[in-house]
Amino acid sequence: MKRTAMFGILFATALALAQPPSHPARGHAVPASAKAAAVPTMPRYHFVNYTTANGLPNSHVYSVLVDGDRIWAGTDDGLAEFENGHWKIYTVADGLAQQAVLSLALDKRTGAVWAGTMGGLSRISAGRIDTYTQLNSGLSNDVVYGVAVEGDYVWVATAAGACRLNTRTGQWSLWNERNTPMREIWVYGVSAAPDKVYFAVWGSGLLEYTQKTGAWDMYKDPDSETEIVLLRNQGLIHDITSAVSYVDGIVWVSTYFGDSRYDGRYWHNFLTKDSGLPSNFTNSVKAVDGNHAWFCTDKGLAYYDGTNWAVYRPALDTGKPEMIVRDAAGHVTNIPVTTAPAHNYMLGIDFQGRDIWVATAKGLSHGIYQPKESYR
Amino acid sequence: MKRRFIPAIACAALAGLAALWQPRVVSGTATPSLDNTELYASPLELLLSPDGSRLYALCEGTGDVRVLDARSGRTLQTIPAGHDPRGFAFSPDRRRLFVVNSWDDTLSVIDVRTSAVVATWRAGFEPSSVEEDRAGKTLFIADRVGNNITVLDAATGAVEDTLEAGRGASYMAITADGGRLYTTHIYPNPGPYRTPPRSEITVVDPTRVMVVQRIPLPSIAGAFHVAVSRDGRLGVVAELHPKNLVPLAHVEHGWAFVDTLTIFGADVGRPVEVPLDELDRYFARPFGVAIAPNKSRIYVSHGGSDCVTVIDAQRMLAYIRRNREPIAEDLSASARYVVARIPVGKNPRGVALSGDGNLLYVANRLDDTISVIDTRTLRVARTIRLAGPERVTALRRGEQTFYSAQYSFQGQFGCANCHIDSTFDDLQWDLEPDGFGRDIVDNRPIEDLRGTNPFKWNGKNPSLSMECGPRTEMYFWRSQNYDDLRLADLVLYVRSLPSRPRRWSTADGQLTAAQERGREIFYRTTDKLDRPIPQTNQCAYCHSGPKGTNQKSFDVGTGKTTDNSGLLDTPQLSNIALTGPYLHDGSAQTLEEIWTIYNPHDRHGRTNDLTKDELNDLIEYLRTR
Repeated sequence: MKRTAMFGILFATALALAQPPSHPARGHAVPASAKAAAVPTMPRYHFVNYTTANGLPNSHVYSVLVDGDRIWAGTDDGLAEFENGHWKIYTVADGLAQQAVLSLALDKRTGAVWAGTMGGLSRISAGRIDTYTQLNSGLSNDVVYGVAVEGDYVWVATAAGACRLNTRTGQWSLWNERNTPMREIWVYGVSAAPDKVYFAVWGSGLLEYTQKTGAWDMYKDPDSETEIVLLRNQGLIHDITSAVSYVDGIVWVSTYFGDSRYDGRYWHNFLTKDSGLPSNFTNSVKAVDGNHAWFCTDKGLAYYDGTNWAVYRPALDTGKPEMIVRDAAGHVTNIPVTTAPAHNYMLGIDFQGRDIWVATAKGLSHGIYQPKESYR
Repeated sequence: MKRRFIPAIACAALAGLAALWQPRVVSGTATPSLDNTELYASPLELLLSPDGSRLYALCEGTGDVRVLDARSGRTLQTIPAGHDPRGFAFSPDRRRLFVVNSWDDTLSVIDVRTSAVVATWRAGFEPSSVEEDRAGKTLFIADRVGNNITVLDAATGAVEDTLEAGRGASYMAITADGGRLYTTHIYPNPGPYRTPPRSEITVVDPTRVMVVQRIPLPSIAGAFHVAVSRDGRLGVVAELHPKNLVPLAHVEHGWAFVDTLTIFGADVGRPVEVPLDELDRYFARPFGVAIAPNKSRIYVSHGGSDCVTVIDAQRMLAYIRRNREPIAEDLSASARYVVARIPVGKNPRGVALSGDGNLLYVANRLDDTISVIDTRTLRVARTIRLAGPERVTALRRGEQTFYSAQYSFQGQFGCANCHIDSTFDDLQWDLEPDGFGRDIVDNRPIEDLRGTNPFKWNGKNPSLSMECGPRTEMYFWRSQNYDDLRLADLVLYVRSLPSRPRRWSTADGQLTAAQERGREIFYRTTDKLDRPIPQTNQCAYCHSGPKGTNQKSFDVGTGKTTDNSGLLDTPQLSNIALTGPYLHDGSAQTLEEIWTIYNPHDRHGRTNDLTKDELNDLIEYLRTR
């Protein structure tokens, strides 16, 4: 045991020595004017923020969902629907399972919205709310961290395992430590596609379900519980996973200790020291496609275009709007901006065309895409 | 002013005379028969060809579509369909006729020109009506057991989608421009215990294939046909408005059901519920609805009262506009807009109106006839008799009794009010005059009853003769008694009701892995700690035998202080998945709640040692029963 630890430390030291020098520390970025020619063009947004001051029932927004022109925000005090400039609030009195709405998913075929709450799962369909709890249905547990819809199935990540509802037959299937490789049962996130379904299991890494065969597979951090990354890009960055996004055959995983991308053969990991991530503590990830993804961290919102990074946030020290761009070579540039998301602590994101909607700990932010012609 | 009341009074008088006249032995045009094997056509729904020359009758009993010459009434062709067909519709180009077969879970596609069934496609659970979008690309099917709308590709029959509808989704209407599809449902949506029932009209955008609105139907449990005017601005739903939260003693003092319509659409603005009944005479179970092409009239068939109500639509709308207060319970209101009650055959159901609005066809399900009403004279111009047995068997008489409301006080309701289409109504009732809120009982299903006696939740009725006879007469009808022969026929009919197909069993009857694990839990004799489970606390002891009952009464700890008896009859498990809510008073909304909420001390079976997934397995098994 001791020998293993010793080998690990030696190996880590060797790896650390082999790493290229990290980019300039945050807060010491090169001014835009000095590197103007080299700054990659990253998307810019005008942020409009929504809080209790302008319609939200609570400014703590856990989740956001875009459904065409309609926006759904899962807050600490109910579900808010934004359409035509007006907010409509759904509460427990309306049939919502619980006031804290942690996760949202859209059934694109039917238009129904599924809301995972701290007290069960609710389906909102044309104003009607049907609620599933661990007492009145086959739902594993009332704390629903994640939800996804694929075909006839609703996939659910709960505090006591994963489960699936067949909306056609009403049958529930439950998965936990007894019938899958997961050792812990805190399932934080789920992403479903016709071929695979992925679960982010807090403490147990990434769980993969193959739809065709019903087989399970598990992806773990090869460094196990070691906080030092010994084997970079050799596997999942960490077992404390928080979310997963599976798009175009590529899996993106966020953890509290960095993020990962997996193409089925190779892993690529992202840490603050060698990427544009503003923090390794990542609450969620959502991919645009196989090469572009957004990361919601505790220190801002990060966008990765496959090469370059951009961070959007109120500055950590002054609170002033901030946009930081990092190119492939590690050059960091501050882009002057006039607006920023409502808060640094990012919890979720969804896309509305080229616009973005961001759930933060102190408000919902609408990032209105600014055409490139307006960039200076 | 006076003339307006004459038809209603005349109809009420006719109906009253009919109610007073009680033969000791059933008579009629046909001869009673002891042979109960006759197969009756039982026409349920009607359609007319665009030119009005052909009348299509969907016959539930014989499982076919009869094509009739609308003028002569002569049957031209009989097209076989599936088991218990319940709804049909033409494609927009009238080249295809779609029939949904409720027990087969299939859709028959008929080529109208050749009258041949050209395809049979899978539908959802108990498909009950069908409509096609105006582009001819998508089929929408209301599934009664599935509680949803199954969406099929109209070219291939492939299932494309499933839209959540109301519980017991059954009837549909699409607007002439194809912009909206309206769906109703016969059981109320789940709601908090002992609160008024809630239903909805599910509104679908057929182009987007999405539910875009749910029009609330407060206090409604049992919504049947929905019709929409040609301009799409006026919609009508035929429905039941039960009063199940107060003792049924109110039959004598008011009513247990109001038979109503909900009027919706741009012509009325906010949906309004209007009564069809009169102060001292009821018109039970409105079912079929038609709106005149010029929106001058609305026609409603009453399955329990053997008549058709004719409404002056404009007078009704004017009355609604003048009275914005709820009027559903004001039974004097109907006199303002009802212009006629036209007696027709037994158990009238589907209706079809000719293109010019001059003829209304009414399918009389339980005497195999079609009444043709001349809407200009408001009289039955002629009656078409469908080919079938001439004799009326005892079983058929029993069914006629079951569906008739003539035996209850003022013709308020019949067996089929609570046992909709011989099933249940998903309501909890305060039946006996023992005080407000005492002895609340959930309505139990009545399928497959042989070998499940005694009856009643307290097990006090040893036989169906007692259950359907003196008890019903005393507590329900409060009017008159059945004669012995009629009671015998009724019992014969109720005993004959088969169990519906079990949708959650696999096609080959083999249990899935989860169901098999659940079966082992159901039959276990020791708990997970290897401790013996007392015999009376084993699932399979009380719920034994093929029906899942040992026909004895127990105290399983679910009694309430408001119950009159501590012991409860062990209910059968047949098709238990369909019959929620559960427990004797309906307090458990789902099967899960029986054990997660109402079994804290393991008196209703040893279940508190089970994990959540094991409880799920047990429920998966129960759903196969």
